[in-house]
Amino acid sequence: MNNSVTNTARLLGAGLRALLVLTLVTGVIYPLVLTGIAQGLFTGKANGSEIKADGRVVGSSLIGQAYNLPLKKGQETPAPDLKWFQGRPQNGLGTNSVNTQYKLILSGATNRSGDNADLIKWVKDAKAAVVKDNSVPGYTVRASQVPADAVTSSGSGLDPDISPQYAEIQVHRVAERNGLSVAQVNRLVQDHTESRTLGFIGEPRVNVLELNMALKALVAKG
Amino acid sequence: MGPVLAGVLQLLALIGALAVVHIPLGNYMAGVYSSDKHWRVEKWIYKGIGADPDTEMRWPAYLRGVLAFSVVGVLFLYLLQRIQGVLPGSLGFSSIDPDQAFNTAVSFVTNTNWQSYYGEQTMGHVVQTAGLAVQNFVSAAVGIAVAVALVRGFARSRTGELGNFWSDLVRGVIRILVPMAAIAAVVLVACGAIQNFSGIHEVGQFMGGSQQWNGGAVASQEAIKELGTNGGGYFNANSAHPFENPTPFTNLFEIFLILVIPFSLTRTFGVMVGSAKQGYAILATMATIWVGFVSLMMWTEFTHHGPAFELARGAMEGKEVRFGVGASSIFATSTTLTSTGAVDSFHSSFTGLGGGITMLGMMLGEIAPGGTGSGLYGMLIMAVIAVFIAGLMVGRTPEYLGKKIGSREIKLAACYILITPALVLVFTAFAMALPTPANSMTNSGAHGFSEILYAYTSGANNNGSAFAGLNADTQWFNSTIGLAMLFGRFLPMVFVLALAGSLGEQKPVPATAGTLRTEKPLFTGLLVGAILIITGLTYFPALALGPLAEGLAS
Repeated sequence: MNNSVTNTARLLGAGLRALLVLTLVTGVIYPLVLTGIAQGLFTGKANGSEIKADGRVVGSSLIGQAYNLPLKKGQETPAPDLKWFQGRPQNGLGTNSVNTQYKLILSGATNRSGDNADLIKWVKDAKAAVVKDNSVPGYTVRASQVPADAVTSSGSGLDPDISPQYAEIQVHRVAERNGLSVAQVNRLVQDHTESRTLGFIGEPRVNVLELNMALKALVAKG
Repeated sequence: MGPVLAGVLQLLALIGALAVVHIPLGNYMAGVYSSDKHWRVEKWIYKGIGADPDTEMRWPAYLRGVLAFSVVGVLFLYLLQRIQGVLPGSLGFSSIDPDQAFNTAVSFVTNTNWQSYYGEQTMGHVVQTAGLAVQNFVSAAVGIAVAVALVRGFARSRTGELGNFWSDLVRGVIRILVPMAAIAAVVLVACGAIQNFSGIHEVGQFMGGSQQWNGGAVASQEAIKELGTNGGGYFNANSAHPFENPTPFTNLFEIFLILVIPFSLTRTFGVMVGSAKQGYAILATMATIWVGFVSLMMWTEFTHHGPAFELARGAMEGKEVRFGVGASSIFATSTTLTSTGAVDSFHSSFTGLGGGITMLGMMLGEIAPGGTGSGLYGMLIMAVIAVFIAGLMVGRTPEYLGKKIGSREIKLAACYILITPALVLVFTAFAMALPTPANSMTNSGAHGFSEILYAYTSGANNNGSAFAGLNADTQWFNSTIGLAMLFGRFLPMVFVLALAGSLGEQKPVPATAGTLRTEKPLFTGLLVGAILIITGLTYFPALALGPLAEGLAS
């Protein structure tokens, strides 16, 4: 009996020492060395690919933002600022629920299934809004033109991109609201459309923040 | 080019990349576990442990090593979370509650990485890097060690000796996982994954004002999370988060990392048992199931049945634009056919049948290609069962790799395959029968049932992905899923090591004209059939109530 207790204790001791040594290797040295390499070689990327405009950080090219008007009294959800290109719906984003000394945005998806009543309503409402917002005099958006990404929330809730189709149906509205010609805005969208990597990896996409920054610059130029 | 063709080309590119590294990596790993030389750094580590790496262990001793190391791992990780509130470098985050700390500790030690917490608001730098990420390495190395012990049981004769656990553990970490993870992490950072210790900081926004972001050692953790088939995300959105998986290329690269070790281990197996062809037969079985499942998944996701998806004209809910439907389907299938559970898109919002495919992938026991190590030993157990079934058909004592599959061997294999279904179905039944657990569902009806079935399937099979609509941070789910993960990981290991011991003691039987040729396509076909039938019969009633009901209704 005594013998087996000693043996067990000895074995657990070996396990603990193994864990501590391997923690030193994989939990201290490995992440620190990697951080050193990352900060040395790819400083901007390792720190979140932040982009600046007029000397001020306006976000990360990797993280999607909302382009909304300030919340008015009595409103629960802010209205989109139609001057700017709009990103995807973000119904899956959450807010800090623990450690509430911070105001963190929680990445996440809606996790609603295809037959879920909430999701069906969200899609229906989003589609109606996209059709209404983007139909301007002389240009009518048909429901069948609205691509899936325009009416669904992404997995992270922070999708920085929209499909080229979604950008395309926003062009007339954006041109009108900013006093630009449709051709000018079209060119802007084309310049910011990224095709598949090597021609086949992923999907074609338009980065909304970069597009809006270019739009802002174009408007400022007059 | 259409999205379907692009998806198929991505699949082909992935297969090509896996094929290129298969032989070199498989041979290298065989060398790692066969060499009698120790690296200098390893000698220091053995000195630190106080273990002699050259002592051969019989199966009970090997198992005791596995269990002692894992018990200590659970306790250490539990304590680390419980004292997070006073640890420096924890961003001022508070300590984790006991039930959640237990669940998370078990989850990472068992290579599951089920997460009932939101990474970015709960875990500080210390717990993430020195706690969770460490288990990402060592739990993967433990899995490979147990698989290698089983392979030695097949390869060796007239000895019960299966190698040295400490040596296998340390070599797996030092020679395989750390170097590969380091290279992968640098690639990820070069593409935009973050790697810093900035903590929570304000970042300006285009429309004015600012947001708070949590920065951390993400790329280094992301690399081992995929490579070790772990799956626990730094952020709640896991590999859908742009900081974890910034581009279409990193997405394909991460799928590659998930699959590379499990597929290459079949080569290691072939080399160690002295017949590359035996390895190829196992590889062919895994690849057949994997390609079949990916194809099915792409088909159902591209056809997007379901009221909301038909209205939206595409199953893009829970999917990122940069990955699209094709690459998301490949990721979802690969993560559930291995024990990874990382997600680049959210399975709960897949089509009804798509969700069913992710579940069935886990229910097969995660053997195509499965987790690091656990995939290989799970598949070899199925091979033993298939050989046994074939033996019954022709009335001969079955043999596999020159070893007789007698009553002791088949009992151990049968126990192995009964554990996980028992855990999944019993816990699911209890959760459905009791009044409160159902309150955690987001969706109702068939999909709500699927959420709970998925949770226990994911836990008991050590996958860790979720139909994340389920609010799993309750005492009931934290405790029961914790137990499912614990038993689902270590009970099978007991039977695997016992089987390894019993095989190693045998003397080899010479192959005769009547021996089933297990390196031939016929055997691969038999094995695929055995896997699908055994799983199908076990889980079909449960699947019919959940994903099948939902998929057929839409």
